[in-house]
Amino acid sequence: MNDATPTARLDIERIRADFPILREKVRGKPLVFLDSAASAQKPRAVIAAMTTAMETQYANVHRGLHWMSERTTEAYEAARDAAAALMNAPDRHEIVFVRNSTEALNLVAHSYGRGVLRPGQAVVISAMEHHSNIVPWQLLRDERGIELRVAPITDAGELDMAAFEALLEDGKVGLVSITHMSNVLGTYTPAERIARIAHAHGAKVLFDGSQAIVHRAVDVQALGADFYVWTGHKLYGPTGIGVLWARRELLERMPPFLGGGEMISSVSYERSTWAAVPHKFEAGTPAILEGIGLKAAIDYVRAIGYPAIAAHEAALTEHALARLSAVEGLRILGAAQDRGGVVSFVVDRAHAHDVATLLDRFGIAVRAGHHCAEPLMHRFGLESTARASFGIYTTHAEIDTLADSLARVREFFA
Amino acid sequence: MSGGLDDLRDLYQDVILDHGRRPRHGKRPAAFDASAKGDNPMCGDRVEVFVRHAPDGRIAEAGFEARGCAISVASADLMAETVAGRRPEDARALFASFRELARTGACPACDPALADPLERLAPLAGVHEYPSRVKCATLPWHALIAALEGAKEASSE
Ligand SMILES: Cc1ncc(COP(=O)(O)O)c(C=O)c1O
Repeated sequence: MNDATPTARLDIERIRADFPILREKVRGKPLVFLDSAASAQKPRAVIAAMTTAMETQYANVHRGLHWMSERTTEAYEAARDAAAALMNAPDRHEIVFVRNSTEALNLVAHSYGRGVLRPGQAVVISAMEHHSNIVPWQLLRDERGIELRVAPITDAGELDMAAFEALLEDGKVGLVSITHMSNVLGTYTPAERIARIAHAHGAKVLFDGSQAIVHRAVDVQALGADFYVWTGHKLYGPTGIGVLWARRELLERMPPFLGGGEMISSVSYERSTWAAVPHKFEAGTPAILEGIGLKAAIDYVRAIGYPAIAAHEAALTEHALARLSAVEGLRILGAAQDRGGVVSFVVDRAHAHDVATLLDRFGIAVRAGHHCAEPLMHRFGLESTARASFGIYTTHAEIDTLADSLARVREFFA
Repeated sequence: MSGGLDDLRDLYQDVILDHGRRPRHGKRPAAFDASAKGDNPMCGDRVEVFVRHAPDGRIAEAGFEARGCAISVASADLMAETVAGRRPEDARALFASFRELARTGACPACDPALADPLERLAPLAGVHEYPSRVKCATLPWHALIAALEGAKEASSE
């Protein structure tokens, strides 16, 4: 969809200049921000879009008949078009705005899980899911008797495809809900194959694209997805807005999630009727400013283009794997063939939290902990790891700083 | 690269590295009268503290088993060292002062009678710069207080 040439390069200095925060210093040292997988920094275009809206063009949406409301509604609804185009969704009404991926997954577990799936059916997730793609299905299981099955992963951190397919063989699986990219291992899952297998066994398929859509072009039609969720703040957009895309006939069959204003067609004490999709799922005043910010983020990403973004990520990942694996006593989690800009690691004799704190002394921001993926940590016999993750503004030099600093951390704890 | 290992020393003083790596009290005593677990779900740190009382009710010995970062292990070890021989209420008072130290980096209003043990615990004061890690230092203390109160579980604040 972004038709830049395959050799597209990204102009890193120009991009860095777009992110005001990258000029900040931490403890007197230049900020080395390697925690974009948790939440990405914001380009000036996003900041400006939100500020300008507040300063010049703001009112509630979908209800005022006055000029400000009309203009704000247009700006907010333009975000829906942008999101649809970004994912190559066939129909803008299939874009449901939610707060984040977590809410999108809860919406599907609630409305599709309770409204369409039947007791005795099963949901399949993988062994490398974020808690957001585990807990909603557990709640559904405990409340509705819908079985939860977990597809194992290999030691390399890849989905075990044979075991995955075996889980679907009895035909009971109604939904497969799997990450498109692990937030711990950086593994990309083979989404098309997963979708084909799911469909062959009569199951629908949801991809958690929270991480994937940051780095790679997502075409929900080409993937064969039925649902696709992601979260704005990781895609250089504001917090408080995320996207659920689902095929329209599925959204039509699903009962509402939250009730209230905006989501109704008519209300009486006896009976209310629901607005058409997507508004049926958007109760209450939406995240208007965040929607406007998200549109700016999407425009920003598309202007750079996914070929350049993906090439940059691939180069950074390769560099990081080479540099970090050369640090004595450091072990990288996973060894997937297809992996991206998220690298989790442990350092001999140093706890992940100590590693993160020491790196902070060098101005380097990494995350440490279980990364909202406790079962995955346990799968590798760990409680926590440190994790470096990359964005469009990450440089090779920053990865060098990380590797050099890790060598010192290691020395420190030796 | 600017910043050397010296930059790291203000937080990770030798005492912390040493006790974090080679805790002197990091074991379950052969006999104990009370124990309690502490859990920090945020970071997965876990500690169990064991207390043996002397006939007069004082803490004769404290020990612990911990899984966690250098700061939590060192803190547990220095705690076990400084509470030995104290009455339970004195251990509680020491914790109140230590907590102040860990949260703010200083404890100007602290009881001068506690000056010695607090000096021993002072290397941990650097955590005040990292609010999310103050818990690492206080978790073993919460478990100790829970054990002294006959509870089995403590959670960090
Ligand atoms: C793979 C994955 N899924 C879901 C989430 C949840 O995103 P959010 O916290 O924005 O709902 C995250 C990020 O934290 C993630 O990395």
